Amino acid sequence: MATSALEHVQAPAAPKTGLWSWITTVDHKRIGILYGASAFAFLLIGGLEALLIRWQLRIPENNFLSAETYNQLFTMHGTTMIFLGVMPLSAMFFNYLIPLMIGARDVAFPRLNAFSYWVFILGGLFMNFSFLVNAAPNAGWFGYANLTSTQFSPGLNVDFWVIGLQILGIASLAAAVNFLVTIVNLRAPGMKMMRMPMFVWMSLITQVLLLLAFPVITVALVLLMLDRVFGTGFYVPSMGGDPMLWQHLFWIFGHPEVYILILPPFGMVSEILPVFSRKPLFGYAAMVFSGTFIAFLGFGVWSHHMFATGMGPVADSVFSLTTMLIAVPTGVKIFNWIGTIWGGSLQMKTPMYFALGFIALFIIGGLSGVMHASPPADLQQTDTYFVVAHFHYVLFGGSIFALLAGAYYWWPKMFGYLLDEGIGKLHFWVAFISMNLTFFPMHFVGLHGMPRRTYTYPAGLGFDWLNMVQTIGSLLLGVSFLIFLWNMLRSHRGRVANPAPADPWNGATLEWSIPSPPQEWNFAELPEVHGRDPLWDLKRARGGPLPEPALVSGQGIHLPNPSYWPVVTAVGVGVVLIGFMAGGVVVNLIGVAILFFGAFRWAFEPAG
Amino acid sequence: MSHADAHALHPPTSTGLDTRKLAIWTFIGSECLFFASLISTYLVYHGKSLVGPLPHDASQCLLDGRMQECEAVFEIPLVTFGTAVLLFSSFFVVMALNGAQTGNRKKLIGWLSATVIGGLFFVGMQVYEFYHFYHKGLGYTTNLFSASFYTLTGFHGTHVTLGVIWLATVLVLAIRGKLPPEKAMNLELAALYWHFVDVVWIVIFPVVYLMR
Amino acid sequence: MSLRKVLPGSPGTMARLLLLVGVVALSGCGGDYPQSTLTPLGDFAKLVDDLFSGTVRWAVLVFVLVEGALIYAILKFRARPGDAEPQQTHGNALVEVVWTIIPAVILAFIAVPTVRTIFQTAEVPEDALEIEVIGHQWWWEFRYPSEGVVTATEMHVPAGQKVVLKMRTADVLHSFWVPQFAAKRDVFQNKYTTMWFTADTIGRFPGQCAEFCGIQHARMHSWVVVQPPEEFAAWVTAQQVGSPLVNRGVVAVDTTQAPAVPDSVVIRGEAAFVATGCISCHAMVGTPLAGQLFEGNTNAGPNLSHVASRRHLAGGLFENTEANLRRWLRDPQGLKPGSNMRLPRPLTDDEIDVLVAYLQTRQ
Repeated sequence: MATSALEHVQAPAAPKTGLWSWITTVDHKRIGILYGASAFAFLLIGGLEALLIRWQLRIPENNFLSAETYNQLFTMHGTTMIFLGVMPLSAMFFNYLIPLMIGARDVAFPRLNAFSYWVFILGGLFMNFSFLVNAAPNAGWFGYANLTSTQFSPGLNVDFWVIGLQILGIASLAAAVNFLVTIVNLRAPGMKMMRMPMFVWMSLITQVLLLLAFPVITVALVLLMLDRVFGTGFYVPSMGGDPMLWQHLFWIFGHPEVYILILPPFGMVSEILPVFSRKPLFGYAAMVFSGTFIAFLGFGVWSHHMFATGMGPVADSVFSLTTMLIAVPTGVKIFNWIGTIWGGSLQMKTPMYFALGFIALFIIGGLSGVMHASPPADLQQTDTYFVVAHFHYVLFGGSIFALLAGAYYWWPKMFGYLLDEGIGKLHFWVAFISMNLTFFPMHFVGLHGMPRRTYTYPAGLGFDWLNMVQTIGSLLLGVSFLIFLWNMLRSHRGRVANPAPADPWNGATLEWSIPSPPQEWNFAELPEVHGRDPLWDLKRARGGPLPEPALVSGQGIHLPNPSYWPVVTAVGVGVVLIGFMAGGVVVNLIGVAILFFGAFRWAFEPAG
Repeated sequence: MSHADAHALHPPTSTGLDTRKLAIWTFIGSECLFFASLISTYLVYHGKSLVGPLPHDASQCLLDGRMQECEAVFEIPLVTFGTAVLLFSSFFVVMALNGAQTGNRKKLIGWLSATVIGGLFFVGMQVYEFYHFYHKGLGYTTNLFSASFYTLTGFHGTHVTLGVIWLATVLVLAIRGKLPPEKAMNLELAALYWHFVDVVWIVIFPVVYLMR
Repeated sequence: MSLRKVLPGSPGTMARLLLLVGVVALSGCGGDYPQSTLTPLGDFAKLVDDLFSGTVRWAVLVFVLVEGALIYAILKFRARPGDAEPQQTHGNALVEVVWTIIPAVILAFIAVPTVRTIFQTAEVPEDALEIEVIGHQWWWEFRYPSEGVVTATEMHVPAGQKVVLKMRTADVLHSFWVPQFAAKRDVFQNKYTTMWFTADTIGRFPGQCAEFCGIQHARMHSWVVVQPPEEFAAWVTAQQVGSPLVNRGVVAVDTTQAPAVPDSVVIRGEAAFVATGCISCHAMVGTPLAGQLFEGNTNAGPNLSHVASRRHLAGGLFENTEANLRRWLRDPQGLKPGSNMRLPRPLTDDEIDVLVAYLQTRQ
């Protein structure tokens, strides 16, 4: 271990390679890439599940999938996209960008960061392993009690879901502590809170949401696990338990979770729009406050998922009004984005296409959201395809489009070459058109009476042609991801011929001041910040672009040592929890032993 | 404590707060929601049990396979004493921390040992209590009260146990002379967590044992 | 502005085109969408639909204005060669205040009628016909406590009379949904939820369970059968014969009218019904255990005393025809995998013949 610092001195330009270096890495950039690659793979799996679902629903009374398989697929599609797709894709950007944007050498706790990743990947693999033993979760991503009780779900399916989610929750909590401390404590000199890039702000708010929302779902899942493993009756009506407790706990987590999924994309779009408009973000302070306000209100609206349970007119009214109130700060954000491009000089590059597409689609999702914020209307719309349309507009049109914008925008920084513009624009148009083709008809099929989570539907209810249109759209949507893969492959082949400069887009934030990709220590010298757009300030002072930053030897820069104890500890966490499902108390104890062994070695190893 | 030394170990932070300390505070914030959810669950099911034994009143329960009268389970005096010990241990750890920061090794080791013993006593009391309740017919799955009681106090007890292990680890360091004043933060972090565990008990104790 | 010119630079355009397509789809509804929420026929559903239409009008207005502004900005402010650096504005307090207040005002226009409708729909009318709705995996049971009727899948209501549904479940959560007359409500084991409506239009109107309730959630249909009052009264009288509730004296009505003279089909059928184990889950008029199983809420099957009077069976899986009944008795798990219709043993062809003929006499 002691030699590693020496290696940096001697071979600065040749980063460590090999599988072992990835397993033991504590570099936030490498961990970010690990998150990105894993999450993208899960995203493709979740997409494949969606395509199977669509193929089943293309015609009425279809026998392509059995009822059981269909239920497993829609459960895993939702769970995968939320916990294994969008959240870790955001985590990729947190990892890669937060230290670069705030001018830090790494996150506050690099080994904890590695631990988060390994726990996450363990949880993701564990949950998908259920497919191999033909026991994939089948009670919906929301797992409503008492369908999840052993009486009605005797198989291992729900156990995979409960334990997988608990493992993933630990990863999210560890990461949230880490990023929150990083943002609060490791900012470069001069980077006051109100000078932080908007992406960092939205990330900070997201970490707070994660910290406050995930303990609640953890308790909900623990109680369910106790019901299933030990036979308690927290959610079992015959023992006096109340299934409504699950709904309350789940949605107290579940609604903030929605903002956990959308606030980081908000932040990314707020970075991209100014750069390609050559104009600062409009209403910076309003953007910060509206984000904070959305997060705050997010904890006071959970029951709008439960209007159909009959909570009474007073509760319905209160939760309806708080929900509608959220439209105000969200509207402020949309108007500020339009204000940002207004009067600008729009550089129509691929990231800008996706960012603008994001705004256009998110507006639709927001408006349909206001429609079912109204409880009487929601009594017709809840649990129909109208709601499916709504959240795909905010999650696909919103989160995924912004994540794609971010991918195109930061790709050159991460990998040292640009993605192809022509293919990128083709990607955008195919995705944009097919996205609307897939999800817009869902509004109508839902209003016309098609419930969610049904493996088939009878002919004669008028659902046929609308479903066929959706299926055609979804296949095209699949093609759009193939185009994206093709773009990655082609651009990767041409990387030597077309290396990206440090600052390909005339960026405003600190990550563009260092080489692409950055060296392991990010900043040879910690930058000093005097405003909100530090790099633009520098360029303006200089009267033109900055010279290409030179690679430096990194001599004397102190870096954390690689470590494999986070992996060991992560395995311990997994074994403890999996013991509740298979093997019993012996496995639990083995897990505890591994966990403590890893944690102690971690605590007493020199951090570097 | 020497600030210059601390700065050599960790570069100055944006807020001036120690990074690890901030992390513990953040973690504690998250834990608040964890216990809030468990306490809410306990409260939601308060008085909703279908059979006994119940915490405060004699009730009907299934003992040896037949319904019969069973006594109330709680023994307030014992728990009150355990609560007092836990609260005092919070004071002990403050003294120990003072010893660590001023380089008073005797004070550090003495008070820290007292803290660990206090924590162990509390855990022991809880184990005794669970054992005792079980023999009064209150199994884990007997009724909603037992399930939510054991879950809530069990999770708290697990936290206390982890705190004891953490403090004991620091104690071993202190005995080996590896806790000089500039490393007093290692104790301060554990102490913060220990205070939190105590504060949670201050909420749990009246809610579970005193509220009827 | 031709379409060609607009398309390449304006992501919002497609959404507008799709909205147009949508409007076309909406206007073409009516008879083609029998389960639609957009063609309300009952008072409750009409209240909801009025509220929704108002919200949609505001939403379309906001959509056109905001997407319009977005598209305008994209077209107007595209970079042109030789552009100077645009003016570096950081915000504008007045504009920002205005666009915070305007949405808040629009929301007030949505919120006020929302709250009004919440309270209107929450009032449960008195002097209404009460029907108890019980969700089962995966079929709906309907009981008419004051009439003594127990039936399944098809809920008969008299036209023009207010109906109050008292709802619960026998197993997991379900959600009862009557798109054209009311809306949906979830059902729970440990409490009753309620819903009310008045149906004015004679006919059969489909609905289905809306809360995911396990493997056959998709096959949990129901129908509201709206009849003229006198037809409804006749239906009730017919259903009362042999009803479990009437038999146990819960409802006092005159059922002295003798059942039809038993013929050989009925005698053999009753024997098969008992011998093959149907009776362990299904109540049946004329058999010794009629109605016994309806006291608890175990996964008993539907009351079959008047099964021939129903148009759909097995939670709406198939129409009540001889051929379908035959297929169902041969292999219920093949037709509805996971269903609680489990035969103790495979039935012989002969038994199926007897049972089908028998069930078809149970009007």
